[in-house]
Amino acid sequence: MSLFNVFNISGSAMSAQSQRLNTVASNLANADSATSANGKPYKAKQVVFSAMPSNSPDANAVKVDRVVEDASPPKIVYDPKHPLADKNGYVTMPNVNVTEEMVNMISASRSYQNNVETMNAAKTMLLKTLTIGN
Amino acid sequence: MINKLDSFLSFQQSALRVRGQRQELIAANIANADTPNYKAKDVEFGDAMKSAMNGGNSLKVSVAKTSDRHLDGTNGNNENAPGDPKFRKDTQGNVDGNTVDMDVERNQFADNGIRYEASLNMISGQVKEMLAAIQSNS
Repeated sequence: MSLFNVFNISGSAMSAQSQRLNTVASNLANADSATSANGKPYKAKQVVFSAMPSNSPDANAVKVDRVVEDASPPKIVYDPKHPLADKNGYVTMPNVNVTEEMVNMISASRSYQNNVETMNAAKTMLLKTLTIGN
Repeated sequence: MINKLDSFLSFQQSALRVRGQRQELIAANIANADTPNYKAKDVEFGDAMKSAMNGGNSLKVSVAKTSDRHLDGTNGNNENAPGDPKFRKDTQGNVDGNTVDMDVERNQFADNGIRYEASLNMISGQVKEMLAAIQSNS
């Protein structure tokens, strides 16, 4: 029954999008973390989606393929009073681009909503199917 | 007799099956809206319906696979049947190579859903018709 597979597909997309939202939250929360467990400033993380085979040969579900570290250079801020400032008074801050992350957040949230609606529509259709002949 | 009942309902049954498969494909497109290099797929309903009526590829028999690298066992002679899913034409290119246009997909999803329900209503009507015929003497 192909309509049941819609639940798997949309469900996989929802969990992938929520993981994306999770990294956005992590990036925003750590936008000012000048140091971390390894002593270096926090690095922004981004998820990479990839299509994944589902029960049906033609329709693909989604998975988070991997989480990569953002390769953009860190922000260098002049703040001589900062305890982590180097001898010239510069502090290396995380490479989190807050504007970009906010946009990412909106996009993830919209995609999540889209998949919820897809799932709801499939549910309505299945329930209607159960009433055949009534 | 049962045979006739079966063939009476079989057209709408195939229609429902093809609509269901199409709904699944569109759901997959919506799910992969953010996947890099994903290409949106869709079936041509008329062609898929035709091949479903001819007992075509809609009931694909899958082969048991013991490794991810084994090929799918589609029936070899019609690899590219007209009813098979095809890639959607790209209207506005995307930087990440994704061709899902959310407006088109949502539109088609709603449209396909309504048509599915129309088929459901028709099959319900046919069932009622049959029941009326069966019970008319009592």
